[in-house]
Amino acid sequence: MAQRTVIVASASGLHARPAKLFVQAAARLGVPVTVRLGEKAVPAKSMLGVLSLGAVRGTEVTLEADGPGAEEALDSLVALLSRDLDAEEALDA
Amino acid sequence: MPDQPAPGSGRPDSAPPGSGHPDRPAFSGSGGFLTGLGVSQGRAAGPAMRMAAPPTLPPPRPVADPAAESSAVAAALEAVAADLSRRAAGASGEAADILEALAMIADDPMLLEDAQGRAREGMDAAHALDAAFAQHRDTLAALGGYLAERAADLDDLKHRAVAFALGLPMPGLPSPGHPYVLVAEDLSPADTAGLGPDVLALVTERGGPTSHTAILARGRGLPAVVACKGIMDVPDGTVVGVDGRTGELAVGLTEQEAAEVQEADRAERARLAAGRGPGRTSDGHPVKLLLNIGSAADLRPGAEGVGLFRTEFLFLDRTTAPSFEEQVAAYAEVFARAESVIVRTLDAGTDKPLPFLGLPGEPNPALGVRGLRVDRLLPDVLDTQLDAIAEAARKTGAEAWVMAPMVTTTAEATGFAKRARARGIARVGAMIEVPAAALRAGRLLRELDFLSIGTNDLAQYTFAADRQHSALADLLDPRQPALLELIAMCARAGREAGKPVGVCGEAAGDPLLAPLLVGLGVTSLSMAPVCVPAVREALAGLTLADCRERATAALA
Repeated sequence: MAQRTVIVASASGLHARPAKLFVQAAARLGVPVTVRLGEKAVPAKSMLGVLSLGAVRGTEVTLEADGPGAEEALDSLVALLSRDLDAEEALDA
Repeated sequence: MPDQPAPGSGRPDSAPPGSGHPDRPAFSGSGGFLTGLGVSQGRAAGPAMRMAAPPTLPPPRPVADPAAESSAVAAALEAVAADLSRRAAGASGEAADILEALAMIADDPMLLEDAQGRAREGMDAAHALDAAFAQHRDTLAALGGYLAERAADLDDLKHRAVAFALGLPMPGLPSPGHPYVLVAEDLSPADTAGLGPDVLALVTERGGPTSHTAILARGRGLPAVVACKGIMDVPDGTVVGVDGRTGELAVGLTEQEAAEVQEADRAERARLAAGRGPGRTSDGHPVKLLLNIGSAADLRPGAEGVGLFRTEFLFLDRTTAPSFEEQVAAYAEVFARAESVIVRTLDAGTDKPLPFLGLPGEPNPALGVRGLRVDRLLPDVLDTQLDAIAEAARKTGAEAWVMAPMVTTTAEATGFAKRARARGIARVGAMIEVPAAALRAGRLLRELDFLSIGTNDLAQYTFAADRQHSALADLLDPRQPALLELIAMCARAGREAGKPVGVCGEAAGDPLLAPLLVGLGVTSLSMAPVCVPAVREALAGLTLADCRERATAALA
């Protein structure tokens, strides 16, 4: 099983717009990814699941996936979580 | 505009709609008319669409085919997600983000699995959806903060999915995919705040001229008519013309007539928007034209500052108190962008609840703990807010003007002024909303730097008439001489003290009333941004003597 640990960089954590972007990206991958925070594990393409983790900025989460394409899928999600998606939003405005 | 003519509507043999002159009726013709109270100026025409109420869950029914219920669950969630995605595609910016996120929740695999699991165990589709949503709602609510606020979104999605499963119309705001006139029994502030750009006008069966619906409609420049009996009987899709000034509704217009109304309204707005410069009468008497705002997003050019910054609008749906830092940021954003700002400290009470205050219920909320009186129970709230206002002023170099709502006695004014001045706030004032305060305006001005009259509440308390009560609209009419006497009394006290006395109630934004208020002696008028051009034009057409004549006539 492929596994990555990443610290959530977005100012608002995995809420609001960052959560939406993350879940959208996970849904596009075609590889089922699980997000784990402590005991709790949820599918990365579940908005309710990701929100319910309550991950704030600086929270460390673990991403897991299996099978072909798993490594690449996790790399792309790690890259996304490592960016401050809220700051990028501010630049858009 | 809809593709087909409106069904089941009697069409008046109407002449073209009015020319746009403010003293001429908007619509002419026979038959097919309804009237209500016009509460937000402007005219619009388009198909009427009703807001459906949330569905009531019937008792559970026995299930013969669990697989069919499971499919029905999936179909309901899919339909809700598709509807929201379609609306997101038609929206932009923050609204699009919110709608997309809601669509993703409706499309959520965990939610689907949970609801289908319940259906397979023998629940009917509607109950399975209701239970699955309720569980996720509880999870989010338990996490607190931002996520607890999202719990209400799940209720909205639940209502939609359950309605679909029951074969009922989708509740909430309609989304027909074309501009429409929103029709409802009544609208909550949340409904009104969520209005999309496809809403042309608001018509409600209930509500009064000073209800929050009316205030928010004016803030957005949407024509609105409230207390319109019979509107709920107009079939969806019927093309109606709405005049938000006269309160007149033409029911069953042709497409052509509707287009003419829309065009006349555009021309009128363009003409008014062309006006510029400070407020003054034709003989040069200055009257400051100021804005009523709820946040920096409401700021518009063309006014001479902010006369009423309603800070509670920043915190309407909060379940936790806004922090000092958050408040500093919100106030500084407004201070940095407006040339002068009068901040009103939180105006809440049982009648206008702010969830984070957790105020106890009361039998007569309008006569209870509201406005400055909340300070009797929760002094920290005002202290934090005054600290934040002072800090925001320091950060931006702005001169902070602060006033408290619902000041009633000199002692309250003195106490408030002391706390505000201790923090270095430059000018301290009070809202005059209670007759007791108006009667003592001269004495209050010994403690304070300015007064601002809130005509809606002052009318409510002077006439003992609930401002939300449509049957008492005549008592709430700002032309009532007893109300005008009180305003004149405050203005006189201001003149004697050499201190400004403005009006920031909705009467200030009415181009017919504004000159009268100036005639009574008020020094500034603060109003929804969309009202400024028409008021500027009304003042520019009259001398100060004309204004005084109107005031004298109104008091006779």
